[in-house]
Amino acid sequence: MKPVRRVAGRVVPLDRENVDTDQIIPAHWLKRVERTGYAPGLFEAWRRDPSFVLNDARYAGAAILVAGPNFGSGSSREHAVWALQESGFSAVVSSRLADIFRSNALKNGLLAVEVAPDVARRLMDAATREPSTEVAIDVAARTVDAPGLHATFALDDHARRRLLEGLDDIALTLRHEADIAAHERSRPRWLPRAPRPGTADAVPSGERRRGGA
Amino acid sequence: MTPRTLSEKVWERHVVRRAEGEPDLLYVDLHLVHEVTSPQAFEALRLAGRRVRRPDLVLATADHNVPTSAATPADEISSRQLEAMTGNAREFGLTLFPMGSPGQGIVHVISPQLGMTLPGMTIVCGDSHTSTHGAFGALAFGIGTSEVEHVLATQTLWQRRPGTMAVTVEGDLARGVWAKDVILGIIARIGVSGGVGTVVEYRGSTIRALSMEGRMTVCNMSIEAGARAGMVAPDDVTYRYVEGRPRAPTGADWERALDEWRALATDDGARFDREVRVDARELRPYVSWGTNPAQTVTIDDAVPDPDAFDDPSRREAAARALRYMDLRPGMPVRDIAVDAVFLGSCTNARLEDLRVAAEVVRGRRVKRGIRALVVPGSMLVKAQAEREGLDRAFREAGFEWRDAGCSMCLGMNPDVLRPGERCASTSNRNFEGRQGPGGRTHLVSPAVAAATAIAGHFALPDEL
Ligand code: SF4
Repeated sequence: MKPVRRVAGRVVPLDRENVDTDQIIPAHWLKRVERTGYAPGLFEAWRRDPSFVLNDARYAGAAILVAGPNFGSGSSREHAVWALQESGFSAVVSSRLADIFRSNALKNGLLAVEVAPDVARRLMDAATREPSTEVAIDVAARTVDAPGLHATFALDDHARRRLLEGLDDIALTLRHEADIAAHERSRPRWLPRAPRPGTADAVPSGERRRGGA
Repeated sequence: MTPRTLSEKVWERHVVRRAEGEPDLLYVDLHLVHEVTSPQAFEALRLAGRRVRRPDLVLATADHNVPTSAATPADEISSRQLEAMTGNAREFGLTLFPMGSPGQGIVHVISPQLGMTLPGMTIVCGDSHTSTHGAFGALAFGIGTSEVEHVLATQTLWQRRPGTMAVTVEGDLARGVWAKDVILGIIARIGVSGGVGTVVEYRGSTIRALSMEGRMTVCNMSIEAGARAGMVAPDDVTYRYVEGRPRAPTGADWERALDEWRALATDDGARFDREVRVDARELRPYVSWGTNPAQTVTIDDAVPDPDAFDDPSRREAAARALRYMDLRPGMPVRDIAVDAVFLGSCTNARLEDLRVAAEVVRGRRVKRGIRALVVPGSMLVKAQAEREGLDRAFREAGFEWRDAGCSMCLGMNPDVLRPGERCASTSNRNFEGRQGPGGRTHLVSPAVAAATAIAGHFALPDEL
């Protein structure tokens, strides 16, 4: 992941709540095995409506998406993050982001920022009134700045450091190999292991009637 | 010691490392993998020259993208994805139940059947409905593809401790009210973001009286309330379900496991960050009318009027949903006619669900013009249903009887709604286009889905 220190640019106001991942990228796009090629699927259904905000030429090239509360709800598909990034977005701002979406975003360096509801509202209104409004988000300072607006957002130190330094999560975790191995030794031995394919118990003999099967 | 909740106990037992200012590093007991959210993770491992740390704790299947009928083979892009899953399982030494294997099925259906889902475990999968496994008292949640890669490489995850929420349901369910109605009723009350940031523990006499299948249905939809996970404390119902399954402990190990599991229940006096109580007697069969699972009313109600919502954004969302769903405010739910009925998905395609639905349709005929599908949750469920003759009841009524898979739950395999088609579905999401672009989804229980297929409009079995 590349370091992310600051995102600045124009804002697309997506004034809807509960924007789910099936809208961000519909399921039929998920057949691909690649990490790229999702931009044409971003908000595919909504984009058929000429009045949809992403079709408004005044917002072309915007770096930030401001959306209503509970953005990214629904499925765990990371494709939603990839589609947003490929479409030029470097940050998503909302008063509430769905848990898995937020985590996926930060893992990919898409700055996912939760601000107070009135801050989200003011950004939304400013970008709606004046599409050329410029907004800057600073990771180190944890601030959002727009003309006449200065706000902070919460981002834990851990996530912040990873964004700023662009760290490889897996390499960091593997530094704790000794802790992981110690935990493994302490696990009860009856915990299940996957059956090896072809072994007798790879497939149960049948669903039982008992206990509602 | 301070009293703790079920989820806190399971969490604590899996902390590998804890440090000030950092999330906890959690050990993952079981990693479920499917073809859609994993190819990019395996590719990244390959590029970095990394291996899978614990292949024995990974269980893979093909479910989302598989065709469920020989009449509709997978397209070229889908076939490539299914082949990638097979290739990755071989290369990294994982156990895979591919299409055509008797152990294949929806990932959240096959793991409990195998006895791989046990109380007290941590279970993750690149799929938001991993919350299903919480029905056993496991802490189970969905993750994204980057996290899939991380778990494959390290068998751990960095996680911030979630909040806790208790949803207590007390009382007997009325006739015709099922687990699906319990969870739809809960979501209608707390909303689609009512559980954000928390693990929900379902408690109370109503939950205790549910079978494991019913508890799985409830926990499955926790994510539809925005929750990280849903859980039910293990009890005798759980132990009876688990005992004797292929991967469950046996002999002295079984006794040891029982001792551990019995200690998992939330301690008296433990505090939840949030508590909600629901009176089971208020629950009725539900039908969703909108484009998120909280936009739901009882079958006795009418489609709501957006103007009745005080909150302006709610009002606008309702108006937009009605436009998408092509419904008029004030229209009785029972008057809504459907084009398709889908009995399937990880919410409601287990044996118990199929038995209930088969009972309703036996000796009756699907209303002319309705496309009706039964898609068992796993090939084992299918085989057992056939031993019980359920397939005959469905087929004779005019249902298509399919192989296992996610099928019409999501529009990515050949089973999709056509634009404008309206479907009574036992799945968990009614988002715009979820079952295919332009498709209209109404979430219901298997009993209502079956009765609706016969009546042609939303109906209860007793009304046929
Ligand atoms: S059945 Fe539906 S909800 Fe369940 S895993 Fe498959 S696509 Fe997801």
